[in-house]
Amino acid sequence: MQTEVITDALARAYAPGFISDIEADSLEPGLSEDTVRFISAKKGEPEWLLAWRLKAYRLWQRMTPPDWAALEIPSIDYQSISYFSAPRKKDGPKSLEEVDPELLRVYEKLGVPLHERARLAGVAVDAVFDSVSVVTTFREQLAEYGVVFCPISEAVHSHPELVQRYLGSVVPQADNYFAALNCAVFSDGSFVYIPKGVRCPMELSTYFRINALNTGQFERTLIVAEEGAYVSYLEGCTAPMRDENQLHAAVVELVAHTDAQIKYSTVQNWYPGDAEGRGGIYNFVTKRGICAGDRAKISWTQVETGSAVTWKYPSCILKGADSVGEFYSVAISHHRQQADTGTKMVHIGPGSRSTIVSKGISAGHGRQTYRGLVRMEPSARGASNFTQCDSLLIGSNCAANTVPYIESRQPSASVGHEATTTRIRADQLFYLQQRGLNTEDAVALIVNGFCKEVLAELPMEFAVEAQKLLGVSLEGAVG
Amino acid sequence: MALLEIDNLVASIGETDVLRGLSLRVDASEVHAIMGPNGAGKSTLAKIIAGHPDYTVKSGDIRLDGESLLEKSPDERAAQGIFLGFQDPVEIPGVNNLYFLRTALNAQRRRRGEAEVDAPSFLRLAKEEAARVGLDAGLIKRSLNDGFSGGERKRNEMLQLSVLQPKLAILDEIDSGLDIDALASVAENAGRLRAAGMSFLLVTHYNRLLDAFPPDIVHVLVGGRIVHSGGATLAKELEASGYQAWSQAEPGLGAGSHHALHA
Repeated sequence: MQTEVITDALARAYAPGFISDIEADSLEPGLSEDTVRFISAKKGEPEWLLAWRLKAYRLWQRMTPPDWAALEIPSIDYQSISYFSAPRKKDGPKSLEEVDPELLRVYEKLGVPLHERARLAGVAVDAVFDSVSVVTTFREQLAEYGVVFCPISEAVHSHPELVQRYLGSVVPQADNYFAALNCAVFSDGSFVYIPKGVRCPMELSTYFRINALNTGQFERTLIVAEEGAYVSYLEGCTAPMRDENQLHAAVVELVAHTDAQIKYSTVQNWYPGDAEGRGGIYNFVTKRGICAGDRAKISWTQVETGSAVTWKYPSCILKGADSVGEFYSVAISHHRQQADTGTKMVHIGPGSRSTIVSKGISAGHGRQTYRGLVRMEPSARGASNFTQCDSLLIGSNCAANTVPYIESRQPSASVGHEATTTRIRADQLFYLQQRGLNTEDAVALIVNGFCKEVLAELPMEFAVEAQKLLGVSLEGAVG
Repeated sequence: MALLEIDNLVASIGETDVLRGLSLRVDASEVHAIMGPNGAGKSTLAKIIAGHPDYTVKSGDIRLDGESLLEKSPDERAAQGIFLGFQDPVEIPGVNNLYFLRTALNAQRRRRGEAEVDAPSFLRLAKEEAARVGLDAGLIKRSLNDGFSGGERKRNEMLQLSVLQPKLAILDEIDSGLDIDALASVAENAGRLRAAGMSFLLVTHYNRLLDAFPPDIVHVLVGGRIVHSGGATLAKELEASGYQAWSQAEPGLGAGSHHALHA
């Protein structure tokens, strides 16, 4: 469907050189200190943030891409990417008639409302959907509770002290190659702040955030929950998103203070490439949260069905005593998709607990690795972890690996790991078909059953959409 | 017109012919029993009628209401009125029993151009039928056959049968693994459904079920063909004498059976 867009984008002849025209809407491909300065200037950022970006850029230059993941990725030419572009409405389709019918068919199957289909397909938003009024109402309501929810580029100006204090506090600039790159050139993303004792009255979704569609390939999100606060944040959308950038390197940082809870749910459905592995997004994400205070809780739930390559390990640093970390994941690798994903639970606080439930589904020639670290620091007395990794294989050309790393330096801490690998059996399919389900619905039903524990962690509406999405993502996996 | 007509069916799995010219005719509200030695092709016949993908039909035809099923997928056959009660119903972890049944019922109804059954009406129906087949209320909410005993699985097959209301129920050894009470319950429910017009094709080794749910016609299946058919008393004779006589009397391969009734 979007193959053409992406291959076209890749095939485009990149004019070398750099035009430092501050008035320009987009930059020519290329990355240098000037690029970083341009981005920062374009956003009117304060000096400290420019310095921060430049420091990250210099660190990144001395780093090399990680090679330990079980992924086959052609080398990426970072000089051939454009690092800044304003919303390019004129490039998008003018109306639904111009949108790839295959994309529209998927929207229909997922039950995406008509006006939303246009928005997701990249049709100029203003023409079809008055998002501003929705967002305004939404923000007024949140303001009553003192909740801040805005683009991070805006927060830099409206809440500079908070951004400066927390930006990079969980994922340091030099954490890894992709995080460093993100620090240098991040485009935009969400900023959320929940004051002490406030339970955020609604689920916060990128869906409703201004500019959400044009945060670009280097998204940056920061969520801070003060003492006793609670927030549930939804990232992404079950409908496939039109996207022209092949490389994505996002960073998400969560900070939960004493007794605070952050629930972060993701549905990632970027373009996975076609059946032969042409096109598709490379998704290198660094997501990490810190339970800074006692009894703080961070819960990651992810449904990863898109992207050609997924490299992603949402993690928790369990610093507070009796703090809790959770990771619930469903990842699908179909056709030629590759996913190396998992989590890290670093137990520092005594009595800290973590739960990991990972469900990997491989079909076609998909390849999937669960990679997880559970570390018990000497201070983590009485800490405990339980990990469950289940793999479901569909067909005989796919592969699934489980790579658990366990490091315990605290004898009283307990770590439990269970792993299973199953296949969708022909007799299960025949049974369901005999009762009247077609092949695709039968596969979807089995897969949804397999993922039940994870889907149960998603907010209700999201869960229903995610169920449909699993079915759509595995179309043609059997028979 | 007969409900089910099978003409001279030759079918194979891999290189092996498993049905070798089988003919059969079942009318509405009739109960037929298929008996025969192990490996005769009884369960195979059941699966082939339902459209199991492992088998290839080489010649002959299977018609339901006069319409050939051969080109139809298993789910299309189901919507048209074929139900196969499995000998070993599979378990599907994480898939709620009732959710599955409602999904299946509505998939069939959609295909037939009928309105879907909404959740409350379905729940009422399912609970009522579950009580009739003696399936514990706790079990109907669990995952499909997950952790069910053999008897519970068979009762669950009967629940699905009662809810889906096919025209033809093929029950493959529904009686195996059932205690006396469960067997009586299966027979009672089958009788009720038959009275409402459902036809049955029972695959069985034993007379236990046939005593409680008497067939109109008993067929002897040997070597992939029906070699003899008779009334309910035939089952008794077979129990006494076994299939030896039929196995020896089996004529050469190739020709169609001359023994099917209603020809």
